Amino acid sequence: MSVKLGVPSKGRLMEKTFDWFGARGVGLARTGNEREYAGAVDGVEGVDLVLLSAGEIPRELAAGRIHLGVTGTDLIREKLVQWDQKVEPLAELGFGQADLIVAVPACWVDVDTLDDLDAAAAAFRAEHGFRMRIATKYHRLVREYLRRGGVADYQLVDSQGATEGTVKNLTAEAVADITSTGDTLRANHLKVIDEEPVLRSQATLFRSRTAKLDEADRAVLRTLMAKLDV
Amino acid sequence: MGVTTAQERAEAVRLRARFLEAGAENVDCAILQPAETLLDLYGEDIRARTYVTHDPARGEVMLRPDFTVPVVQMHMETGAAPSRYTYAGEVFRRQEEHPERAPEYFQVGFELFADDDSAQADAEVFALFAETLAPYRLRAVTGDIGILTAAVAGLETSERRRAALMRHIWRPRRFRALLDRYSGRSPVPASRKALLAAENPMDTAAPAIGLRSEAEVAARIVSLREDAAEGPLCESQVALIDTLLAVRETCSFALEQLHDIAVDMPALLPAVERFERRCEALAARGVDVATLEFEASYGRSSMEYYDGFVFGFVPTTRPDLPPVATGGRYDALTERLGNGRAAPAVGGVIRPGLLLQTGERA
Repeated sequence: MSVKLGVPSKGRLMEKTFDWFGARGVGLARTGNEREYAGAVDGVEGVDLVLLSAGEIPRELAAGRIHLGVTGTDLIREKLVQWDQKVEPLAELGFGQADLIVAVPACWVDVDTLDDLDAAAAAFRAEHGFRMRIATKYHRLVREYLRRGGVADYQLVDSQGATEGTVKNLTAEAVADITSTGDTLRANHLKVIDEEPVLRSQATLFRSRTAKLDEADRAVLRTLMAKLDV
Repeated sequence: MGVTTAQERAEAVRLRARFLEAGAENVDCAILQPAETLLDLYGEDIRARTYVTHDPARGEVMLRPDFTVPVVQMHMETGAAPSRYTYAGEVFRRQEEHPERAPEYFQVGFELFADDDSAQADAEVFALFAETLAPYRLRAVTGDIGILTAAVAGLETSERRRAALMRHIWRPRRFRALLDRYSGRSPVPASRKALLAAENPMDTAAPAIGLRSEAEVAARIVSLREDAAEGPLCESQVALIDTLLAVRETCSFALEQLHDIAVDMPALLPAVERFERRCEALAARGVDVATLEFEASYGRSSMEYYDGFVFGFVPTTRPDLPPVATGGRYDALTERLGNGRAAPAVGGVIRPGLLLQTGERA
């Protein structure tokens, strides 16, 4: 047995994760050629590096197939029902910051709050004969947020990419998406509504509450966590 | 607690036999229902509580979350009033917030479509449930959404504000937030103040994108200005709603209190009189209204299609369980499904699985 650490398999998220672990004396590296998803851990014995898509890490943690994993809070909260019973956040890594927000066309000068959005949705449905469409891939989080905010007469439409373009393309009236700087929103003539975001997310190290550990694994995990100071 | 599907089914069949004896016709409906109808009625929220799946030919379909909607549709196509229907079968509910609750369970229902005397119909259904459930340790609670809607309709304020409150009757928190804003209890948001103060609020550098037109934005600004000019909703009106929502008494005392409230709000009187006739009809059927509980706010957060009389039977010894039986009047639902043609109806369901779980008969 060994302790399995799941890390995003590519891009800035992977590099920043490697840096974060490296700064704490745990060397992570990809091995083999450019295209091979294999990795090595240096500095602690008994830890295996598992390179995964950030979107799959929540599922793997919940299933107990990896013991530790780095992914965004947004993905954990969207993909895991009762997430806090399945994983424990150990440390916020200080990068990958992004907010899940609701945005509407900037030309909607009458809409700034959820209250406004609800009123606009009611009028929209009366005018157009269907419920106002909000494009997102975060269905559960957004639905719960709008329910708590008392917004009715809307529908979520699935958008797995280029979500900011849906309004201009007339496939949605508003969007709910992750943003860090807001540049893409502004470029697409959208504005964030003036409320607390649905969620503030950043790259976070999680521990699985379900993964099995034998005595040796337990010792390895303790050593690793001590080294990482989490 | 181990209740097997076979036991649950047997109990369902036993209860349905009871409803058949009461003169109901046995009906059934498909497990896969078109999702569109239910989504249109209940909005996006229902997705969190149902199983929606996709069929390449039929589009989105939903595992039936209850029988009421298909039974209403069937009645409106073929039935004549009065009609009594019963059914027994599984319903499916996603339990994201409560994984310990069953996602699949039996319901046994009784629905009465009658367009003459609503008090008699309400009493017939409630008395049938009370009698069927009499052997169990259950506490009956009743309410009446019609009294609250009458109060909102009677508020001395603009039609626009009444309509907004009416739209959120089933969302207590949002309803409260609207009342607070109309009465000036909560401050006007800065963004709203700025919008109202702007000389040319439509003056913006942002290009017009999307389906919601400039005319629609302009129309909303006009209505916001009219609303601001109207001034606050009178505190005494808000106090009447508060007093009304706080009524929690036996039916007999509740009736007295509601009559008192109606003195200050005469618009309430027809609804209170309907409640009174229902109490009389219940008493005539042997229900003890002197001990039957009434809560003016009962059924507001969980029973969104009921718009009149509502009732529930809750286990006295197992507060962790949901109500064993629920029901009520849903005239507005039939009107929406019938495109304006209503078929006044009242009905309810029993969950045989929960009935078995609550254990021993009293």
